[in-house]
Amino acid sequence: MSQLQARDLTRSYGRTPALRGVTLDVDEGEIVAVTGPSGCGKSTLLHCLAGILRPDAGEVIWRGERLDTQPEAARSRLRRTEFGVLFQFGQLVAELTAAENVALPLLLAGTGRRAARETALSWLERFGVAELADVRPGEMSGGQQQRCATARSLVTGPRVLFADEPTGALDTLTGEQVLTTLVRLAREQRTSVVLVTHEPRIAAYADREVTLRDGAVEHSGLELNVPSTGGAR
Amino acid sequence: MNSGRVSTPHVLLGLLATGDKHGYELKRAHDERLPQARPLAFGQVYATLSRMQRDGLVTVAGQERDGGPDRTTYALTGEGRAALDRWLNDVEPPYPYVTSTLLAKMAVALLVADVDRVRACLAAQRQAHTARLRELTVLKHAPSATLDDVVAADFAIAHLDADLKWLATTLSRVADWHREVRHEPAPGP
Ligand SMILES: Nc1ncnc2c1ncn2[C@@H]1O[C@H](COP(=O)(O)OP(=O)(O)OP(=O)(O)O)[C@@H](O)[C@H]1O
Ligand SMILES: [Mg+2]
Repeated sequence: MSQLQARDLTRSYGRTPALRGVTLDVDEGEIVAVTGPSGCGKSTLLHCLAGILRPDAGEVIWRGERLDTQPEAARSRLRRTEFGVLFQFGQLVAELTAAENVALPLLLAGTGRRAARETALSWLERFGVAELADVRPGEMSGGQQQRCATARSLVTGPRVLFADEPTGALDTLTGEQVLTTLVRLAREQRTSVVLVTHEPRIAAYADREVTLRDGAVEHSGLELNVPSTGGAR
Repeated sequence: MNSGRVSTPHVLLGLLATGDKHGYELKRAHDERLPQARPLAFGQVYATLSRMQRDGLVTVAGQERDGGPDRTTYALTGEGRAALDRWLNDVEPPYPYVTSTLLAKMAVALLVADVDRVRACLAAQRQAHTARLRELTVLKHAPSATLDDVVAADFAIAHLDADLKWLATTLSRVADWHREVRHEPAPGP
């Protein structure tokens, strides 16, 4: 079942059109790559889907209900409980350690302090950065920060992860390691992923690829063979 | 993919440097070391070996013929070893000529077809490249993949990724490219 749908989305910034009628479905557990040249509207689409931006026209439907018309409080609750977001530069909270950063979404969702820390530690371990638990972002490399940020984006077991160029600032090998771990864990907990990237080799990890050009869907990728779940390492 | 041709004689020299082998063993070792390459044909192995023998790079080390097929074992000569070392020490010229069937096809398409047709060619090629990229990505992450498989897949993936970026860039340029080749004026403002 399609759990997230965009219907004919239009969005402009002043007189600059960013989206001109985009329709897109994301199934439960599906990983969809959104690709296309710079400025084609990828980030705008992602922000509309995640309820961060409101489209000028069209609809965003989340599990059968309009999302875009809900008040900000409801949308932000959804982002805390059902969605995860991840950007190119981790955007960790500078004053908090890695473990505190990863525990933060759990605390906001009402998990107790000790349980939140334990879960955070296990997620840092899955991303191979357990030893950074008590280190602050300022003392980490970009790749280490991104591993922590990725752990943080998945820690609540969101139904959808919105990832905007999550490997854009990483070298090929580090990017691949972060992405394969992300994909494996997302599949394990059936988290759908909307993966914005301009790298063909990154898009190749998705089940389906949607290409935008000038704010419209150029082609929405026939489903080619689906990469296996188990093996990603 | 680019047209870098493999120098089979040098690969065979390298395989013989690890110990004497007969033709079949060489074929097997070749296909094992280069898992994603086109498998070597027997005929090619024997033809290459006899040329290398003529040139003094390899020599016959033994012959075994207990009723079965002819099994000539080959060994590396001193000259062969020197040729191998020279090859390893030589830096490969990075793209001395920009040649690719894909590029040539697009250049010709521009001469004989309209923009939409060229665009369709590029888009179809992108589809095929994407499919192959996905195939290799799956292969690379299969639990059974060895580092031989991973490294070979990495090579192909890097090139497909580059080709796909080139295809995307060219798709954006195709209208201007077509006009330039056909000496047509740029569209008005
Ligand atoms: N805050 C903004 N104010 C004004 N214009 C904007 C704003 N954000 C985006 N745009 C414009 O909207 C269009 C789409 O931008 P968007 O950021 O969605 O593209 P993108 O595909 O994510 O590009 P990139 O690959 O460079 O990140 C562009 O023309 C851009 O200049
Ligand atoms: Mg963007």
